[in-house]
Amino acid sequence: MRMHRRTLLALAAFTGLTAPSMALAADDTIKIGLLATFEGPFTVLGEDGERGAMTAVAEMNGTVAGKKIEIVKGSSDASPDSAVRAARKLVEQDGVKVLVGPLSGDEGLAVKDYAKTQPNVTFINGTSAAQDTTLRDPAENFFRFSTDGAQWMAGLGTYAFKDKGYKKVATVAEDYSFPYTQVFGFMAEFCKAGGHVPSKSWVPIGNKDFSSVIAAIPEDVDAIYVALGGADAVNFLTQYQQGGGSAPLIGGSITVDQTVLTSKGKLRDVLKGTPSAGPTADTNDAPAWKAFVEAYKKQPGAFPSPSLFAHGYYVDMKATLLGLDQVGGDVSDGGKKLRDALSKLSFDTPTGKVSLDKNRNAIADIFLTEVTEGADGNLMNKLVKVVPQVNQTLGIPEDEFMKLGAVNRDNPSCP
Amino acid sequence: MSLAIATDGTTPRQNWLERLGAGHIILAVVLVLYPLVASDFFLTQIGGYSLIFGMMGLSLMLLAGYGGMVSLAQITVAGIAAYAIAILGNNNSNILGFGWPWWLAVPFAVLAAALASALIGWISVRTEGIYTIMITLAIATATYYFAQQNYAIFNGHSGYAGIRAPAFWGISWRDPKPFYYLCLGLAVLSYAAVLYGSRSTFGMTLQAIRDNPRRMRALGYHVTAHKVFAWLLAGVIAGLAGVLLVWFNGRVSPGTIGVDAAIDVLIIAVIGGLRHPIGPFLGAVVVILMQTFAIDIVGAERFNTLIGLVFLVIVFVSPDGILGLWGRIKPHLAQESLRPGS
Repeated sequence: MRMHRRTLLALAAFTGLTAPSMALAADDTIKIGLLATFEGPFTVLGEDGERGAMTAVAEMNGTVAGKKIEIVKGSSDASPDSAVRAARKLVEQDGVKVLVGPLSGDEGLAVKDYAKTQPNVTFINGTSAAQDTTLRDPAENFFRFSTDGAQWMAGLGTYAFKDKGYKKVATVAEDYSFPYTQVFGFMAEFCKAGGHVPSKSWVPIGNKDFSSVIAAIPEDVDAIYVALGGADAVNFLTQYQQGGGSAPLIGGSITVDQTVLTSKGKLRDVLKGTPSAGPTADTNDAPAWKAFVEAYKKQPGAFPSPSLFAHGYYVDMKATLLGLDQVGGDVSDGGKKLRDALSKLSFDTPTGKVSLDKNRNAIADIFLTEVTEGADGNLMNKLVKVVPQVNQTLGIPEDEFMKLGAVNRDNPSCP
Repeated sequence: MSLAIATDGTTPRQNWLERLGAGHIILAVVLVLYPLVASDFFLTQIGGYSLIFGMMGLSLMLLAGYGGMVSLAQITVAGIAAYAIAILGNNNSNILGFGWPWWLAVPFAVLAAALASALIGWISVRTEGIYTIMITLAIATATYYFAQQNYAIFNGHSGYAGIRAPAFWGISWRDPKPFYYLCLGLAVLSYAAVLYGSRSTFGMTLQAIRDNPRRMRALGYHVTAHKVFAWLLAGVIAGLAGVLLVWFNGRVSPGTIGVDAAIDVLIIAVIGGLRHPIGPFLGAVVVILMQTFAIDIVGAERFNTLIGLVFLVIVFVSPDGILGLWGRIKPHLAQESLRPGS
């Protein structure tokens, strides 16, 4: 009996470990991996990213170059480890040759590193917006059609200094690569215009109690630049308002995004009039944008207006499908033709023309916005100005830009 | 297997094959031949990863099963070894990275993990039952947040990347097959050590302390020292798992040692069963398979619910985990085989 028991145990282990991998796709379908945060603090953002990607798929009626599109989803929790693990599963087990994602900054850096080990797979970014995903030490097979966090800030620093008249600004941002990039983009212009940033606070993702952060903000600042996402933004803004804080705000791209603007409570009063910048503007009048909003709203659970995650995933998925269409859906050569097509791709998105630079990072229009209340009572990002065709070096010559150094907590600095 | 018959009243002498047991031999053959049938993904992402988490579960099983101390800090101990490898060896994050060769970095990393484990044990042996869980959870959470916010040593949220597994004897140990065998080798070593240790004088004493610490103290045993030593041993196993984990991922960040991961290790041990060292490995296979493939079964929105439900069902049907499940089925099977004869 003893032996019998052990044998069964061994058999159980054996069958569990060797379930055959059936990764071979039929000829008339093309598999695309979709990696987003379906768990953890950024779940809401990840789900909206998926809506954006599916909008692009729906636009092509679910087919590209006569082949049916099959989307295989992978989930991460915004940590770099989980993103790489999910990407590995999609590539090595499900056998996708094209992968769209991930969503968050550090995830992008990690997936780029992984991309270098998979030269025959083509990686297209989701919305991850850390600068060094493409600027320093890029991967040949990683493409970003959705611009980075510093690009998203184009025009905001100058606007805050000149039009709003803010001379001293404190920053509050999450402590990882994407907010570093956003603060960098804001300060690059703001400091150049003559502004000062006497205090920078970095808070961990998922922080609940901001009282010590709020207490550390100097009294004499003209405004606070806030680059927090999702629940973190809601928590900070609520606590700041309850604590009697009255300094005006300047928003990072995801701070005044639809994922935050749709929250309820007194927060709304604080947010009104907040200037921000990003790849989208809710009140954009362009017909292409309006058509995109209508298409997006057909997705289940959609927000009143697509968040920048829906937009980013849409643009990247759209680029992927256009690229695949050009090569007739053929990735049998290890994706070489597809990557050539993608590098040369230039197309019109709902937010204007997008093309890539030599590091495969997007050059695109950026929107300067201000939060207002729409006719239906929903908060909206009103379009103030379009900054046309922003490149990754923010218009600064590349060698000069590289001298500014890699973004981190202490760079740049202008106290 | 009960072929050995006692003669002359002495202990029956078995040869080493018999002492090993047929089950172990079959399992070993299967695991050694597994790379012949498995794809690279199943070899590392499922096989290697399960063995790594199985080792962490094993270190918890050692403490909980033999010592009666349930710890939620095993992933923290593994994480210390992982961070030590990143700091002592090479990384591409431009922070620290002393560039030590692997044969120097690995012993130091495992030693650091073992000492950290002993320290955690020394703090928590004053408590019992739920309080041990609470204090180890507190330590795990505190370490997570410390790693998240400390830039001098842990490099904050980003952690360390670009950590390479060593290449020696002409083999790159992160290639799928070598890595699998490396994991298998260390897992078997740990498994055998725990199995042997549980029958040693120390193991027996530890189990006696679990059952009745007051009596053992009255008999003159140093209860605290025995418990802390068990923590040290568990730390060695968890530390080895941490080294494998950082080679596997090529990176380590606070997310690696978060509370979710700490609970995963506990789930692995509980699902597998705490009565025998094979339990955590069974649990790891089930948990890793579920976490990897649940998303294909129910889609991206609800897959964590499915994982939770499966674990609930296992624990509901059998409080002793998968091992206990077998214990429940066995008597029925024995009945079946008796029936024709009766």
